[in-house]
Amino acid sequence: MNAQSPTKPAQGAVPAAIRFRGRSFVALVLAPEEPFDDWLARLDALAEKSAGFFLGRPIVLDLKDLPVNRDGLKELVEKLGERGVRIMGVENAKPSQLGPGLPPEMRGGRPANDIDPAQEAERAAAARVAAEKAAAEASVPGAGADAAEAKVAAEAAAKAAADAVAAVQGTVAPASLPSLIIDQPVRSGQSVVFTEGDVTVLGSVASGAEIVAGGSIHVYGALRGRALAGATGNPQARIFCRKLEAELVAIDGLYKTAEDIGAAQRGQAAQVWLEGDAMKIAAIG
Amino acid sequence: MAKVLVVTSGKGGVGKTTSTAALGAALASQGKNVVVVDFDVGLRNLDLVMGAERRVVYDLINVVQGDAKLAQALIRDKRCETLHLLPASQTRDKDNLTQEGVAKVMDELREKFDWVICDSPAGIERGATLAMRHADAAIIVTNPEVSSVRDSDRIIGLLDSKTLKAEAGERMDKHLLLTRYDPIRAERGDMLKVDDVLEILSIPLLGIVPESQDVLRASNLGSPVTLCEPQSAPARAYFDAARRLEGAELPVVIPSERKGFLGKLFGRRAA
Repeated sequence: MNAQSPTKPAQGAVPAAIRFRGRSFVALVLAPEEPFDDWLARLDALAEKSAGFFLGRPIVLDLKDLPVNRDGLKELVEKLGERGVRIMGVENAKPSQLGPGLPPEMRGGRPANDIDPAQEAERAAAARVAAEKAAAEASVPGAGADAAEAKVAAEAAAKAAADAVAAVQGTVAPASLPSLIIDQPVRSGQSVVFTEGDVTVLGSVASGAEIVAGGSIHVYGALRGRALAGATGNPQARIFCRKLEAELVAIDGLYKTAEDIGAAQRGQAAQVWLEGDAMKIAAIG
Repeated sequence: MAKVLVVTSGKGGVGKTTSTAALGAALASQGKNVVVVDFDVGLRNLDLVMGAERRVVYDLINVVQGDAKLAQALIRDKRCETLHLLPASQTRDKDNLTQEGVAKVMDELREKFDWVICDSPAGIERGATLAMRHADAAIIVTNPEVSSVRDSDRIIGLLDSKTLKAEAGERMDKHLLLTRYDPIRAERGDMLKVDDVLEILSIPLLGIVPESQDVLRASNLGSPVTLCEPQSAPARAYFDAARRLEGAELPVVIPSERKGFLGKLFGRRAA
């Protein structure tokens, strides 16, 4: 996942570019404990209570302080597979524990909110019950509702169920985006990488300097270097500056170099944003 | 209290060595005890510009490695007795400069002198970072052209991250010395304007030194321009810069072409 390099020109020259985007997903991290048989038994008990909890979820194994060898790990992954738990990667693994046929190593994980399977199962069950009830009501023929109305009601019920699921998943999203404030000029050769949110610079960004932000970029000075906003896959991100003299601006992997930036906007206070796959630049203020 | 200055630029050929010698001589001629230190190991030039190339016995590397005492390596200027030179080695490699060794030499120099002026090599490698490491303040020598300005900007970034002062969380004073300023080219618009350079680098201006034959002649004679042509325009600019370093508040004058009536007349005729 290379979120930092722009991968596709917004307009023009290079045809058929392959577009890479950064995306972050919330994975469930399982930390197995020894003896594995006991641990698997507890996992079975949990799965029984909340059926389908692991289905379609990215699962990562945390091997921290686990004295298991390559064969032991292979066996564990197989046993988990039998239970419908598919492992997409392992964290904190020693090189001796990994090999072909085993999930790849994952690094740089950041903690998110813990997930309580029991609570989640309850909510999912409630949503399912609501959906079934709505569907049942809608399909009662004697209620005087015609077929079209029934269909609308069923759709509404399905949407309610989907919303419930979304609400459950929403609990793991951060409450607010953090931002980084830099109260001095960013000098040539310096690179500011902040994938968590917005970057604000109280000063200029020099030619040969670089700002990479997961969110928007605000420069209260001249932007002469490179600004890459929405670098983790956020097309809503924007770039604002007091004076646009950038070498390159990019949002969500789409970029424009200095040559492609219109003469009308050069040297002006400007903002840069995306409309679909088109990059827009306009003077502000 | 001694003050350690580093004269640096990133780019080569902008006038670091010339400015080190001229500022050192200007400060020394005001009675201050000054040493100029050449950090450009392997490509030393400060000894030539100071006219001391035939008097070098020991150098900075000898002192760093403990082969010679500091007093043996220091060369006192013949024209100005408070001005001293610590030359660089021409034959050795800059890898011989160790961080601990340089720290020890700098501590000793701080005790002996009022001003320690380190002439940094070009580039951003080991020699340059070692030269700036112990500095209390920096003079960034810049020519009014884009590549020099961008390199200076890079150096300012390093000054704010790789020096002892920066690592201690303090701010290093930075001064911009604009050299080789050509009033005729500036008028034609072939050069960056002073305001543009200041806007890009956003550090205070120490002085503007005009492009002049006097500087070239002085270097070739082996004498800092502030000693051999003290009345020339560049020498006056360096004297003013030295006074600003000592805290004087003088307005900076942008050099302009001053031609008398006859000069204009002849200038037209020649054209």
